[in-house]
Amino acid sequence: MLEIKCPHCGSRSQNEFSYGGDSSVKRPELGKEVPDKDWDDFIYFRNNPRGKHSELWHHVAGCRQWFKVLRDTSTHEIFKTAKLTEEL
Amino acid sequence: MTQKYRLDKEGYINRKKSISFKFNGKKYFGYEGDTLASALLANGIHLVGRSFKYHRPRGFVGSKEDEPNAKVQLYDGAKTEPNAVATEVELVEGLVAKSQNCWPSVSFDLGAINNFLSKFLPAGFYYKTFMWPKSFWYKIYEPIIRKTAGLGVAPLKPDPDRYEHKFEHCDVLVIGSGPSGLASALAAAKNGARVILAEDKSQFGGSLLTDQVTIGNKTGKEWADETIEQLKSMPNVVVKNRSQVFGYYDHNMMVMFERTKDHIESPSEYIPRQKLWYIRAKEVLVSTGSIERPLIFGNNDRPGILLASAAKEYIKKYGILIGKKPIIFTNNDSAYDTAIEFKKNGINPLVVDVRKNSESTVVKEARDLGINIKFSHAVANTKGYLRVNSATVGKLNNDRSSYENLENIPCDCICVSGNWTPTVHLSSQSGNKLKFDEIINAFIPNQSRQNETAVGSANGSFTLKKSLEDGFHKGFEISNRLTKKNIKSDTPSSNEKNYGKHENFWCMPLPKNKDYKRCVDFQNDVYVSDIELAIREGFRSIEHVKRYTTLGMATDQGKTSNLNGLQLVSNIENKIVPEVGHTTFRPPYTPVTIGTIVGREVGKHYRPTRKSPMHSWHEKNNAVFVDAGLWLRPRYYKQGNETLQQAAKREGANVRKNVGICDVTSLGKIDIKGPDSAEFLNRIYTNAWMKLPVGKARYGVMLREDGIVFDDGTTTRISENHFHMTTTTAQAVNVLAHLEYYLQVVWPELDVNVLSTTEQWAGAAVAGPKSRALLKKLFPKIDVSSEGLPFMGFKEENLFGVPARVFRISFSGELAYEINVESDHGIFMWKKIMELGKSMGIQPYGTEALSTLRIEMGHVAGSEIDGRTIPSDLSLEGMLSKKKDFIGKRSLNREAFLNPDREKIVGVIPVDKKTMIPEGSHLVKDKNAPLPNPKLGHISASCWSVEYNNPFSLAILKEGKKRIGEKLYAMSPLKNKSIEVEIVSSHYVDPKGERVRS
Ligand SMILES: [Zn+2]
Repeated sequence: MLEIKCPHCGSRSQNEFSYGGDSSVKRPELGKEVPDKDWDDFIYFRNNPRGKHSELWHHVAGCRQWFKVLRDTSTHEIFKTAKLTEEL
Repeated sequence: MTQKYRLDKEGYINRKKSISFKFNGKKYFGYEGDTLASALLANGIHLVGRSFKYHRPRGFVGSKEDEPNAKVQLYDGAKTEPNAVATEVELVEGLVAKSQNCWPSVSFDLGAINNFLSKFLPAGFYYKTFMWPKSFWYKIYEPIIRKTAGLGVAPLKPDPDRYEHKFEHCDVLVIGSGPSGLASALAAAKNGARVILAEDKSQFGGSLLTDQVTIGNKTGKEWADETIEQLKSMPNVVVKNRSQVFGYYDHNMMVMFERTKDHIESPSEYIPRQKLWYIRAKEVLVSTGSIERPLIFGNNDRPGILLASAAKEYIKKYGILIGKKPIIFTNNDSAYDTAIEFKKNGINPLVVDVRKNSESTVVKEARDLGINIKFSHAVANTKGYLRVNSATVGKLNNDRSSYENLENIPCDCICVSGNWTPTVHLSSQSGNKLKFDEIINAFIPNQSRQNETAVGSANGSFTLKKSLEDGFHKGFEISNRLTKKNIKSDTPSSNEKNYGKHENFWCMPLPKNKDYKRCVDFQNDVYVSDIELAIREGFRSIEHVKRYTTLGMATDQGKTSNLNGLQLVSNIENKIVPEVGHTTFRPPYTPVTIGTIVGREVGKHYRPTRKSPMHSWHEKNNAVFVDAGLWLRPRYYKQGNETLQQAAKREGANVRKNVGICDVTSLGKIDIKGPDSAEFLNRIYTNAWMKLPVGKARYGVMLREDGIVFDDGTTTRISENHFHMTTTTAQAVNVLAHLEYYLQVVWPELDVNVLSTTEQWAGAAVAGPKSRALLKKLFPKIDVSSEGLPFMGFKEENLFGVPARVFRISFSGELAYEINVESDHGIFMWKKIMELGKSMGIQPYGTEALSTLRIEMGHVAGSEIDGRTIPSDLSLEGMLSKKKDFIGKRSLNREAFLNPDREKIVGVIPVDKKTMIPEGSHLVKDKNAPLPNPKLGHISASCWSVEYNNPFSLAILKEGKKRIGEKLYAMSPLKNKSIEVEIVSSHYVDPKGERVRS
C-alpha cells in the first residue's frame, strides 16, 4: 500500500485515495471542432510508461481535492506531489 | 508421565508445570515452555505425517518456521485449524492435534502405495496424465486428486474467534531479536528513534538462546534478557514477541501478525485470537537470521533425520535429546556444536564430515571431548521405515562420485548440516535484488530499493562479533538519519568459538547400481530425480523447473529446499548459481490464518449499512429489506402470507388507484452553489440549463466522455445560484467525484461548489391520483393546483412547523410529489403523511412496486443505464441539446454509435400474457437454432404490469422500435425457459405522460 502525500492534508495511506490517470491529458475545449484523431487520443489512448509518470489522484476519503503525483510506475517511488495549481 | 527423551537439566521450560495434550488420539505430557514439536520429541515421537505425493513417513526436520513436515490439524469443529506447524505451536493444556494426509493412521497409511508406484508418478505427472480426455478433468481426475492430495481439512463452521487489526507508525522496525536485532534496536532507541522490535518466537534472543557465547561479562542469554528489559523500559520502544512480520509491501508498509491468545491456558474471552499489524516504518532493519540447509543423500527423508541446529535447539531450549544414538552428518563446523551438546549430556555421537579435515577451535573441542569423527566420509543411504535405524556410511573416493568401504552403522537419529542460508525473504520482498555470495554459497541482500537494511546472519555475517558491530553501527546510522541525534552506544566485547570454512559439497552420490530416493523438497515430495527429469525434458528457467516439479511451492515455501534445488540445477546445467537465479519470494513468509487478514470485517461489519431515518418505521411495518448498494431499502411491506409478487402488485395498484408513499432517502443529493452553477450544469448535462427558472426542476442526463450514459436525475433551481441535484442511489458517489473532477481539474475557472447532502435530507415520494388532495392536507398554504404547483414545480414550505422542500416530480409516472425534510424530521414527516393519507387509502410501497411502476412506464434505470448504452439506445435523443456542447457530445457521432442496427430499448410482452420473462434472457429469432443462438438483444427488467395485469419487460434489442410487432423468443438457459414474446413500445402505460401533468 502506497503512502501518498496529499498537498492539502499530508501523508496518508493509499486506501484514502482514488487514481485519476495521466495528469498531462488536457480535455479539448468545449464547443471547438476536434478532429477524430485528437478526440480518439483523448478518449482512448494513454501512454503507459515504465518509469516517471505524472498523474492525478483524488483524496476521496479526505479533503476531496484532486492533485498531481509524480510516481515511478515500476518502483512506485513517489518523487513529488503538488496542488493542481502548482507545477510538478 | 515419563518423558523418555527429556533431560533433567538444560532448556527454558518449566519442569514444575506439566501440561497434558493429545496427539492422534493419545494423551501425552510436556512442560510449560514446550512447543508441540518439543513435547512430542520428549516422548520419543518423530513420526508426525506423510509426504504429500508418495505418503512416505515423515518426521520433524527443523525446530522453527522452516519445518517442512510437521503440519498438523489442531482441535475439532469450528475451532479446527489445518496445516499448523508443530514447531510453531506453543503447548497449552488440552491441546489436541492430529497428523494430516494419512489414512487410516500415520503409521499405517494406505496412500503409501504411491511410494511403490512412484516410477509412474514422476515430475509433471499431473500435467502429463490428466490432460486427456478433457471431459474427465472435472468429473473424475479433479475430485480424486482433491481427495488424495491436500493437507489439512478446512473448518466447515464459522470461525468462533475474534481477530483485530492495528495500525502503527514508527521510525525503525527491527525484525528479529537475535544479537544483531537487539543491538540495532538498542542503538536506534538510545539515539531517540521510535522503535518497534518484533520477534516471532515466544522468547527473545534468537541464536543467543542456544549458542555458547559471552557478551561483556554475561552469557548471551543474560545479555539478551537484560537488553529486552532495557528496551521495554524505554517510552519510545514497543517490544513484541509472538509477532511475525510476514509481508514487506510498498513504501515500507509492513504487515505482521501477533499471536495473542492460543498460548494462554484460560484466556479471557475479550482477547482477540490474533492481531494483524499494519506498520508504516520509516526504516526497516531485517535481522531475521538464517536457516540451516539439509544435506541430500539416499532416503534422507526418514523420521529421525533432522537439521543439526534443530537437534541443538531441542537440547538447549527444551532439554530434549532427539535420539540417543546420533550421527552428525555435515559439510561445515557449525554441526560440531550439536555433537558437543550431545556429548555433554552423556551421549556419544558419531560425526560424519565430507571434508578432508578442519582445524577450527570447535572441531578441536569436539576432538578433545573424545568425539569420534570420520572425515572424508558421507552417509550414502539410510534404513528404517517409520524411524531411521541405521545409516550406510562410506568413504568418499577422490572425485567424490562414489564410495569405498560402505558400512551400516546403527543410529536412531541423524543430524544433518549443509551450511546456512540467510533468511532474505523480507529483503527480497522489498525489491532488493539479491546477490549470490560465493563464500557462503547463498544469496544475500544487495541493493535496497526501499528503506531496508539487513543485519547479522540475514545479511550473511555469521559471527557474533560482526553481528553485534553491524547491529550497533546500523542502528545508530539509521536513527541518526531520522532523529539527527548523536547518542552512540558502545558495542560490547564478545567471545565466541571460531568456525572454519564449509565445503560446498551437499548432494551425495548414489552408490553403484542404487537408485535411492534423495529428497530435496520434503513437504512437496520433490527428489533429485525429479529435477534431473525436468532438465532432461527441456525446462531451463528456474521458475519453470519450480512449477514443473513443484519445488518450493508448498506451504513452507521451500525454506529448507530452494537453495539446494537451484544448486542442483546449476550443477546439472553446469552453470554458476547466479546465472540460474532464484525464484521470487512472496508474502506471507509464514502461513497466516485467513481470519487474521479479514479481522473484524465479517458479518455485519463486512461493510457499512446505510439506513434511512424512517428505517425503524419500515421495520415495525413488516418491511422486507433489499440491499441497494450500502443502503437497506424496503423491498415490500408484507401483509399476511403475501409473496413478493403479490405484495408488489398490491402496492403498485394502490399507487395507480389511490396514493402510495415510498422512502427515497437513498437517492443521491448534491448541493450546487455559486455564480457559475447554471453554466456548469449546462456542460455536465446533455440538455439546456441556462434558462431554468428559479423554483423549477428539470430532468437531466449525464454522459461519460465516451458518450455512454452515466446517470440521470432531476435538478432543481432553488435560487439564482443554488441548485439541488439528485442522482441514482447507485451512482451518487461517482457523480460527486465526476463533478469535482470537472470543477477542479478541467474548468477551475468556474465559480461553483458542490457538496453531498444525501444524508442531510430524508425523502418521501407521494404518488397516485389522490396525492394532490393529500398534499393539500399536508401543506394547506401551498396552492396545489396545476397552475400553482405545476409538473416540475418546486416550493419551500413548512410541514407542521418543520421546514420542507416539495418537488412535483415523478418516477412512477403518476401524479406525484417528493417531500424532503431535514433527516432528523424524517420520521415525523413520514408519520404525518401516513396519518393524513389514511382516509385516502395510503399504503407504503417498496422498491419492487417502484420498479414495476417505472418499468411499465418505460422509465430507464440502472438495468438499462448499464455502461453500454448511449442516449439514443434509451429513446433519450430528445434530451440532447443541439445548441451547446456538453460532456460526451463529441463521442456521439462515432461510427458505431450511428449504426442503425444498435440495440435499443423496447417493451416485451409474452404472447401467452402469463409467463414472467426472466431478466437476462436473450432474445432470439429461432428458438431451435443451434448454439450459440444468434442474440438479438436481452431482457433488462421484468415486472407484472399493474395496469394491464400481465407480464411486461423492458429489453435492449437490435434495431429497437423497428421491430415493434415482431414475434421473438426469450431464452433463459439458466431458468430453462423459452418464451414466445411480442415486441411492443417501451412506454406501455400512459405513453403521452398525461398523468404526471394532470
Ligand atoms: Zn487531502
